[in-house]
Amino acid sequence: MAGTTLFDKIWESHVVRAEPDGTTLLYIDRQLVHEVTSPQAFEGLKLAGRRPRRPAATLAVPDHNVPTTDRTLPIADQISAKQIHTLEENCRDFGITLFGMSDIRQGVVHVIGPEQGFTLPGTTIVCGDSHTSTHGAFGALAFGIGTSEVEHVLATQCLVQKRPKTMEIRVDGTLGHRCSAKDIILAIIGQIGTAGGTGSVIEYTGSAICALSMEGRMTLCNMSIEGGARAGMVAPDEKTIAYIKGRPLAPKGELLDQAVHAWHQLRTDVGATYDRTVILRAEDIAPQVSWGTSPGMVAGVDQRVPDPRMMSDEKTRHATERALEYMGLTPNMLMTEITIDKVFIGSCTNSRIEDLRLAADLAKGKKVAKMVHAMVVPGSGLVKQQAEAEGLDRVFREAGFEWREAGCSMCLAMNADVLQPGERCASTSNRNFEGRQGAGGRTHLVSPAMAVAAAVEGHFVDIRHWE
Amino acid sequence: MRNASDPFTIHHSSLNIMHAFTKMTGLVAPLDRVNVDTDQIIPKQFLKTIKRTGLRDGLFFDWRKRKDGSPDPEFFLNQARYQGAAILLTRDNFGCGSSREHAPWALLDQGFRCVIAPSFADIFYNNCFQNGILPVVLKGDEVLSLMIEVTETMGYALTVDLGQQTVTTLRGTAYRFDIDPFRKDCLYRGLDSISLTLQYETAITAYEQRRKADAPWLFADLQ
Repeated sequence: MAGTTLFDKIWESHVVRAEPDGTTLLYIDRQLVHEVTSPQAFEGLKLAGRRPRRPAATLAVPDHNVPTTDRTLPIADQISAKQIHTLEENCRDFGITLFGMSDIRQGVVHVIGPEQGFTLPGTTIVCGDSHTSTHGAFGALAFGIGTSEVEHVLATQCLVQKRPKTMEIRVDGTLGHRCSAKDIILAIIGQIGTAGGTGSVIEYTGSAICALSMEGRMTLCNMSIEGGARAGMVAPDEKTIAYIKGRPLAPKGELLDQAVHAWHQLRTDVGATYDRTVILRAEDIAPQVSWGTSPGMVAGVDQRVPDPRMMSDEKTRHATERALEYMGLTPNMLMTEITIDKVFIGSCTNSRIEDLRLAADLAKGKKVAKMVHAMVVPGSGLVKQQAEAEGLDRVFREAGFEWREAGCSMCLAMNADVLQPGERCASTSNRNFEGRQGAGGRTHLVSPAMAVAAAVEGHFVDIRHWE
Repeated sequence: MRNASDPFTIHHSSLNIMHAFTKMTGLVAPLDRVNVDTDQIIPKQFLKTIKRTGLRDGLFFDWRKRKDGSPDPEFFLNQARYQGAAILLTRDNFGCGSSREHAPWALLDQGFRCVIAPSFADIFYNNCFQNGILPVVLKGDEVLSLMIEVTETMGYALTVDLGQQTVTTLRGTAYRFDIDPFRKDCLYRGLDSISLTLQYETAITAYEQRRKADAPWLFADLQ
């Protein structure tokens, strides 16, 4: 008999009941909640007179809408403040643990889940946020849901699901100098397209994936949604277990031994098949820069901005023309000729301690270019604390970067951190959609290393050869 | 439709709280763009609300305006001929990006009950069903020919029949679409999905007990 995939194993162990047509009631182990997509869910519970089934299975934190400036001051935006207070009230009323604004553990929801040991291998994890795919880095089935489903999980600890397809993305080989998980995932999306993974759960395999740190795997899985996939995952290994051990919410003692034994079984069997396999070579992946208004519009930094006149497909040509017009770019210009106004290092994609260490290492002794405004927003209060203990904040400040409080910040620009119309930003975030970082703003998605080099030079550079 | 022995059949008539979708004829509005993301459908500044309603002002907010802030007469929502449209016709991968349910809420608030496209992003597709909106997948060439017809014809309407799974033009051309039977049934009858799941409370409890034996570290809160 053929074996089963990692996804199959997790799915099978969470089936509460299944209909002959495949409609499945799937058990959800963990839910993360934030202020933006939860108020209507809690309101729904109240209106129906329902209580959360397992309050302890849910963890809440405000992140999308919080200021990244001085936290001792009241929030200037009254509507934002009301949303954050509503989350506090709902958590109190329904008995849900909240890491509030003044809690050192507050941070981006997809940073704090792993940081606290809330994210564990073999679990099902949901959140009203598409980047929930991040948690798949631990060998969990983690996916984003809408607010109605947030309410559904609070009330029932289950979701009605149809089994998705499986997709393997294998990356073998060794990454180039200073190339990272961000470059791998951008290159993947460039290859499969923004709908390439629709209806599928991706498992990332291969020697280049195994070589990634846990932070790198989180970056990789985080952007699975940008390739259209509901979830991305990496099989747990010794790195995963070492990362989890000792975290506040992780199992301890005998329970940990039991858990580790179970986690070792979480791998795709030899002979198991996926519905689709895509293969990339790590050596072929240059540092990536997005040039358009969709994450699939991406190229190596050693390439040129594409020329829509060379495109035969009418839809692609039309979308490219529109994107280049919005981005203010000329076909065939070198990617390294693109100059920038702002730099944002942060977001659930790239704001963990390893990202900040790497960025600080490159920024050390350098200066942000005169015309560039650059900011670093740590992923959580604890990441910020750790970075400050290591002196990274000093390195950034001395180089001319602003050092902020934790939050989603300019990734979606829901708080005061916004691009002005026409401003061009090198961003370590995950979406370059029109207006994502502010109406009329222009976003180029890059790795933290690429962002630092762009901040210093004022334009993109090939960091493989930068000094 | 489902029969009486079907385990998902509902036994309480009081659970019909969502708008049911059976059959409708409505004015069609075209949005001839691929990869329309939910940031475009409703930008972030409208996500600060704690309500589901009143989001129509945010629908395609940035695309409604020209650079100087004045309404863009080229954009369909600003054109008199598409006022009152209930069906949105668009291109591949509609609703990609953020999971925000504010996107279907805003479409619904504007009066859209149906979106037709060659493909949808998964989360948006799911969210539509939670709100009484029918997302219809037609073939790319079918959408293309409808796109041409709607642009060329004033007052262009389509009939969408969920029971028959068809989209029919006023001239009688019918296009068939596929839909998952369970989703179809829930939408057709306007069923509340939480109530459906709560019928299986015994099964959920049994699962928890079973799973707790295998993975006790996940159930420290349960007796």
